[in-house]
Amino acid sequence: MIRFDSVTKRYPDGTVAVDRLSLEIPDRSITVLVGPSGCGKTTTLRMINRMVEPTEGTILLDGEDSRKQPVTTLRRSMGYVIQNAGLFQHRTIVDNIATVPRMLGWGKQRARERAAELMERVGLDTSLAKRYPYQLSGGQQQRVGVARALAADPPVLLMDEPFSAVDPVVRKGLQDELLRIQDELGKTIVFVTHDIDEAIKLGTMVAVLREGGRLAQYAPPAELLSGPADGFVEDFLGADRGIRRLSFFPSTALELTTDAVVPADAPAARIAAVEAPYLLVTGPDGRPLGWAERDALTAGDVPAERLLPYGRPFVPGTDSLRVALDCAVLSPTGWAVAVDDDGRVTGVVSQQTIGEAIRAAHTAGRADGEKVAG
Amino acid sequence: MNVLNFVNAFFSDASHWQGYDGIPQRFWEHVQYSVLALALATAIGLPVGLLTGHTGRGGNALAFIANAARALPSFGLLVLAVLLIGFGLLPVMIPLVVLAIPPILVTTYEAVRSVDPAPVDAARGMGMHESRILFQVEVPVALPLILSGLRSAAIQIVSTATIAAYVSLGGLGRYIIDGLYQRDYEKVVGGATLVAVLALATLALFWAAGRLAVSPGVRRR
Ligand SMILES: Nc1ncnc2c1ncn2[C@@H]1O[C@H](COP(=O)(O)OP(=O)(O)O)[C@@H](O)[C@H]1O
Ligand SMILES: [Mg+2]
Repeated sequence: MIRFDSVTKRYPDGTVAVDRLSLEIPDRSITVLVGPSGCGKTTTLRMINRMVEPTEGTILLDGEDSRKQPVTTLRRSMGYVIQNAGLFQHRTIVDNIATVPRMLGWGKQRARERAAELMERVGLDTSLAKRYPYQLSGGQQQRVGVARALAADPPVLLMDEPFSAVDPVVRKGLQDELLRIQDELGKTIVFVTHDIDEAIKLGTMVAVLREGGRLAQYAPPAELLSGPADGFVEDFLGADRGIRRLSFFPSTALELTTDAVVPADAPAARIAAVEAPYLLVTGPDGRPLGWAERDALTAGDVPAERLLPYGRPFVPGTDSLRVALDCAVLSPTGWAVAVDDDGRVTGVVSQQTIGEAIRAAHTAGRADGEKVAG
Repeated sequence: MNVLNFVNAFFSDASHWQGYDGIPQRFWEHVQYSVLALALATAIGLPVGLLTGHTGRGGNALAFIANAARALPSFGLLVLAVLLIGFGLLPVMIPLVVLAIPPILVTTYEAVRSVDPAPVDAARGMGMHESRILFQVEVPVALPLILSGLRSAAIQIVSTATIAAYVSLGGLGRYIIDGLYQRDYEKVVGGATLVAVLALATLALFWAAGRLAVSPGVRRR
């Protein structure tokens, strides 16, 4: 465990970057430091590996003052990933990744084998091993940065805005990859970002810092969204925190109806029995084809071009209430389509029913902390 | 009569190719003076440039000293050195080394200082020792610029090493000085041509060194 005990950093020019910060960072989880630019996130992170020395207070690693061990030993036990990856442009990808193992005295062969293993782990094709950094995209370089930090299998990983410089699509891929790697490796990760969405997506615990390096709130993301400590945190979370909080509620409990779901070759009587004004027509494989007006269907034939698009379906059990609501909002009929893992329709659900489920979830108290892909 | 005729006449005279005043001997002497002067200047300028560049400190003092050194006339320095220490190789080395240190020192300092700070930060953060950061992270990236500093120092040394002949030493300057004294312009032009050839050879050498020593990842090819 990493513990900040009333840590203050005052730079020589008088700037107080971090002010009496006390924080306990749990093992084997992702702790995110988030806050506006200049609030002291980088300074806080860099005090952990002593790239910056605290002016006052102590940082304890598993109960030991971090100043007790030699600084290089300390740093070698912590992977370090920075914004633009900071790769060594004169070294090939495989040699970049092998840097720390080589520094620790591993043989060249063993270090390279380890590097190749890590390339796969972070989702890089091993055919890139002999390339140089300039031959890689920004996202690929960032993956190399992560692989390099993991190479000697350090228990701690420090990451300073590692995904801020890549475009949103690539960033999402990198975030998903980090969560997957973390599932496998269980590192103690301290992750700095200015992006609250990234903090909520990645963090097991989120520390919101405010100007002058003061801790505004330290809580799991769902708790942050449901109960911001003050106006600053509330503003920082943004206007749609209610919607975003829905990411933490599963959609399993939604009551689906199959009344309005009819196969394309359904008999007229089945169609006539439907009360809703719209029907979801499914193909012979059970997959959705589209929405149809009931009155148009009773005529007997359903020309495919007359069907309304059904939008994006959601998967109960995998997707959150937020995704279900999004599906319903985007659906031309106001109903969300639920499918199983194979894409077969399991039912439909109205905005109204989702709304009731949201209210029920809220009254059931806080989200149970269980994270659902959002 | 034109320069090309002089050149032709000088090089086709068989007697110019042998003996203690022959082209191979004078060429070799010139190379020796130049290599020695470059080695001395590098031994002083490179470490200081690397260290100040790495720490980022002392840049202003460095620029001042370098500019002062540039203002010193080589020939004047030679005369002064001879007056102080007498004839020999040492008084010739002094102006050559003084001439070569500024480009080496200043370029090395700038080269190291302008290395992207991100990989340096990453290296330090992963627990790399400072000397290793300098030699394994900064120098490989700064190398093209460092080499260009050494190259301009080498070219200046090669052309200025002709002054060795003023103090009774050898080198290609002999042809120029003796030729001027004897009004043998064929000799003067021949000597100057040889200096130019040596300068071009130096350029080629540095080009090859760059190809060999600079990583393809830095050359981006
Ligand atoms: N080396 C430094 N010297 C002086 N002030 C600094 C230094 N590094 C950061 N600061 C100041 O400390 C504050 C916090 O900086 P930083 O930790 O980089 O914030 P963040 O990472 O949250 O943007 C800022 O006001 C910044 O200007
Ligand atoms: Mg920062």
